[in-house]
Amino acid sequence: MKLTLSWLKEHLETDATLENIVAALPALGLDVDSVVDRGESLRGFVVAKVSEAKPHPDADRLSVCRVDTGSGTVEVVCGAPNAHTGLTGVFAPSGSYIPGTGITLKETKIRGVISNGMLLSEREMGLSDNHDQIIELPDDAPLGAPAAEVMGLGDPVIDIEITPNRADCLGVRGIARDLAATGIGTLKPLAAAPVEGAFDSPIKVRLEFGAEDSSPCPYFIGRTIRGVKNVESPQWLKDRLIAIGLRPISALVDITNLMAIGHCRPMHVFDADKIRGDVHVRLARQGEKLTALDGETYALDPSMTVIADDDGVQSLGGVIGGERTGCTGDTVTVFVESAYFDPIRTAATGRGLNVITDARYRFERGVDPAMVRAGMEIATRLILDICGGEASALAVAGAEPAWARDIDFRTARLETLGGVALPPATLETVLTALGFSVQSDGAVWRVSVPSWRGDIVGEADLVEEILRVHGYDKIPAVSLPRAESMPQPASTPAQVRRKTARRTLAARGLHEAVTYSFMSSTLVESFGVVSEEMYLSNPISSDLDVMRPSILPNLIAAAGRNADRGFGDGALFEVGPQYAGAAPEDQSMVAAGIRAGQTGPRHWATPPRACDLYDAKADAYAVLDAAGAPVQSLQIVRETPAWYHPGRSGALTLGPKTVVAWFGEIHPRVLTAMGVKGPIVGFEVLLDNLPAPKTRKGPAKSPLDLSAFQPIERDFAFVVDAHVDAAALIRAAAAADKTLIARVDVFDVFEGGSIEAGKKSIALAVTLQPVEKTLTEADIDAVAQKIIDGVGKATGAALRTQ
Amino acid sequence: MEHLDELRAELTGAIENAESPTALEELRVAALGKKGSVTSLMKGLGAMEPEARKNAGAALNALKDELAAAIDARKKILSAAELDTRLVQEALDVTLPARPEAAGGIHPISQTIDEVTAILGEMGFAVAEGPDIEDDWYNFGALNIPPEHPARQEHDTFYLPGTRDGHRLLLRTHTSPVQVRTMLAGKPPIRIIVPGRTFRCDYDATHSPMFHQIEGLLVDETTHMGHLKGCLVELCRTFFGVDDLPVRFRPSYFPFTEPSAEVDIGCTREGGRFRIGHGDEWLEILGCGMVNPKVLEHGGIDPARYQGFAFGVGIERLAMLKYGIPDLRTFYESDLRWLRHYGFSALAAPNLIEGLSR
Repeated sequence: MKLTLSWLKEHLETDATLENIVAALPALGLDVDSVVDRGESLRGFVVAKVSEAKPHPDADRLSVCRVDTGSGTVEVVCGAPNAHTGLTGVFAPSGSYIPGTGITLKETKIRGVISNGMLLSEREMGLSDNHDQIIELPDDAPLGAPAAEVMGLGDPVIDIEITPNRADCLGVRGIARDLAATGIGTLKPLAAAPVEGAFDSPIKVRLEFGAEDSSPCPYFIGRTIRGVKNVESPQWLKDRLIAIGLRPISALVDITNLMAIGHCRPMHVFDADKIRGDVHVRLARQGEKLTALDGETYALDPSMTVIADDDGVQSLGGVIGGERTGCTGDTVTVFVESAYFDPIRTAATGRGLNVITDARYRFERGVDPAMVRAGMEIATRLILDICGGEASALAVAGAEPAWARDIDFRTARLETLGGVALPPATLETVLTALGFSVQSDGAVWRVSVPSWRGDIVGEADLVEEILRVHGYDKIPAVSLPRAESMPQPASTPAQVRRKTARRTLAARGLHEAVTYSFMSSTLVESFGVVSEEMYLSNPISSDLDVMRPSILPNLIAAAGRNADRGFGDGALFEVGPQYAGAAPEDQSMVAAGIRAGQTGPRHWATPPRACDLYDAKADAYAVLDAAGAPVQSLQIVRETPAWYHPGRSGALTLGPKTVVAWFGEIHPRVLTAMGVKGPIVGFEVLLDNLPAPKTRKGPAKSPLDLSAFQPIERDFAFVVDAHVDAAALIRAAAAADKTLIARVDVFDVFEGGSIEAGKKSIALAVTLQPVEKTLTEADIDAVAQKIIDGVGKATGAALRTQ
Repeated sequence: MEHLDELRAELTGAIENAESPTALEELRVAALGKKGSVTSLMKGLGAMEPEARKNAGAALNALKDELAAAIDARKKILSAAELDTRLVQEALDVTLPARPEAAGGIHPISQTIDEVTAILGEMGFAVAEGPDIEDDWYNFGALNIPPEHPARQEHDTFYLPGTRDGHRLLLRTHTSPVQVRTMLAGKPPIRIIVPGRTFRCDYDATHSPMFHQIEGLLVDETTHMGHLKGCLVELCRTFFGVDDLPVRFRPSYFPFTEPSAEVDIGCTREGGRFRIGHGDEWLEILGCGMVNPKVLEHGGIDPARYQGFAFGVGIERLAMLKYGIPDLRTFYESDLRWLRHYGFSALAAPNLIEGLSR
């Protein structure tokens, strides 16, 4: 919302400076976006006349001008093609700052001729991009006068951000009222006395909403003014509109803009001679069209409110007028509309047709119903003043929508809700200044809300009104009282588990990434079947159009981007949501990660190797262990989702059904589809599938049971069918004597060589931990035989002989 | 036995001059071994008269001990020299790089959430959560944003094709739906914070289609606007580590709070460098207010008895301001160089006891 200082002062009687006013606005909730005071920034530029322009002796394109600045004559070298004798322009003396170029002028010698200043273009003044020629002012502009004032730029422009609740402040008067409440000035009375009609309006108005209610347009006032001259607006009016970025069109149209911005009262003017029959307000019929004032033709539907005559739709109610009945320079009879259009319907119409106008913006936020009639009177007076003519009586249809409403206000709420105690007199003063009427007896006041404050519905709103005028900065800040002397843990066990997963993976050398919750539909098929309901209706791009069913694709894509930048080795992880469906329970938390390229840089002592599935497996186990999962009870199965290499991936399960993690190489086909060079290994730990951390036992650990006897290690090399899992051998070996065998490690695996085809050698290191006594060789041999027998029975493995 | 002194001189001389442990051992065997010169003399004792044997035996034993001690002493010298030689030979290039260890890191978004949680957890707020895929009742309606409300248009909502209980599905545009979910699930007093993902259909230098917010909600019978100010002033000052950070509250509008406020913090660009703290500029940092009675009603809480405050703050904005990260979009690019530069050590879990940021 832009307004000028003089416009504000039309409504606000004040001696306050621009600075004071601008400082007071944010405290009221009227945040100031910008203040442009061209009178200030263009100070020093004066109206001057070129008394003589002659060609520069040494340059074809330059001229040497003698310039009368009102206080003397100087010589200026000028490059503009339009510099000529008799031109009245804008002169910047040496030493002045040129806003358009950011340069401070100095007296300079240009090709031998001293130039004592500059004649300015619009671009140099910072007004536009026009640098083709220097500014030409009317010949009668007073020499030496400040150019900004002569050019109508002297009025400072304030741009205020208006929150959606404050429709009243979409009019200059509303802002003036808020300012007046702070004591910075007083609100001038509104001159809206009725203009007596000299005749009955020949155009009548009817609301035609059939059996339906008339809520789309409950109130419509029209008036015919005959004998008008739709002249160019007077300078003050044009200056105001230009200052806030509106283009002056003609007096009648400019007056409606003045009403919309000044009073938040959008109006419309029809050329009455182009209206056929009476005006009726109704919903549009399917198939009707309107060519509007913006030159566009809109297809209408029955949800839209229109103003029609016997010829059809002439205007889209509250949004935009029609071209056929618009006012032109030839208009001599005008039919003026002041109406109330339903906010919701206006918003839907404007959005549906994608028309943004000052009228729509105001109607959809809710204009003052009591201004429908007052606005008509103010506008009539302006038209009569500027365009002449004679006004008819009002043609009224419908009635002013009911707006009167009372709120019971417990004044103590200012302190109990607002946190500040103020004397009742202050409360009453503030409310009254804002237009409320107050019955202020007892602890509960009856407060009547003014017509322009549709946003005030309850006690809390009144508290805010008083607080913002009083100043939020004057509310004393109070530390929160503690609910308990020691706070409870802020995070749930599941949240703590996620944090632990993060910090565990980061400690293992992976970098945490945060990637989008969506991904590209062209890649999503590689990551399972995604239902239609997971595709965004209005994606921002085709790369980001479906909710991710897994975190991995985004991490793989990131690895690809890093590789493209020359960083092919790296490890990334993310702990975040994936989406199996749209229901809340379909969102699950996953710790996923990938490792790409080599394990590290080339090094003289430890050469790097390619990352493999066992790196991903270690990551998965580390997360599970840190998350408190029963790692010893996990089983490994080979069934993994389609995005993993079928022969190089595994699933970790708890019991037969609950999958808690996958790990392995990413399927080469997936990498190809994503255009990423592999191999890449990855893991996904399904954190939500883990059992809740056990709290039953309390924090105490089980007693530490230390053996007095040294552990003993024995090695066994088995030959077994190549397809047999190492885990089967480990399990069988460990089961051979559950008391004595403390651990089983695989220290060698190989195929080929002396091993017959189809077989492999697996070497186990078994650690025996004696419990009761030192083991004799015979004891050890007995256990060893049990191991050999057990492993052989379970897997068909035989002890290697050579 | 007259040769004994001679023998002593000869042997000790040889021992002192032995050049290696091997030579020394040879000397020991030659003197004290089974067939050694001293051993031979010892053997000869048996043929002597008892008196002479006693004297000679004592002398020989003394010689034996003396030689053993000399050998030991020489052995120590030789092995020390040998060790010295070995150490010299073993010298390595200590300037060679150590074996590499990969260092990972925590993303600034997670770190910032942990920091804010550490502060507000201290004030008794617990972390609550809700789904990213919401419906328009929880995201808008329950928060006092009816269908045609202008505020709804400003949210640039991502929609999904389905519905839930007759309400259109969408990606939550703020973390505020969790306010209502929490109220419906529990009873006052309520003190929660909700960090999480939020989504808006907007993408440019300062907008990302996904970003993070942290929501705060407090509902009880007595908390007023002064408490809201106290809570947020302390949050801002602790988070930025500036004890006297200027914090300004400005009236604003959110459909779900009344009264509503926006909060600015002081900053300066003095000397061309941006800094949070005392200065001549204000920077908008979060929105807040007293919970609108209608929202309490929608949460099943009696607004005649209960009241409270709510606030919402952008995580990325906090991180950018505190850690000097210039570009919002880089947060989601997963550029390893960026992650290494702006990431945090796995061990730097924020807490107030050791100071929030290290």
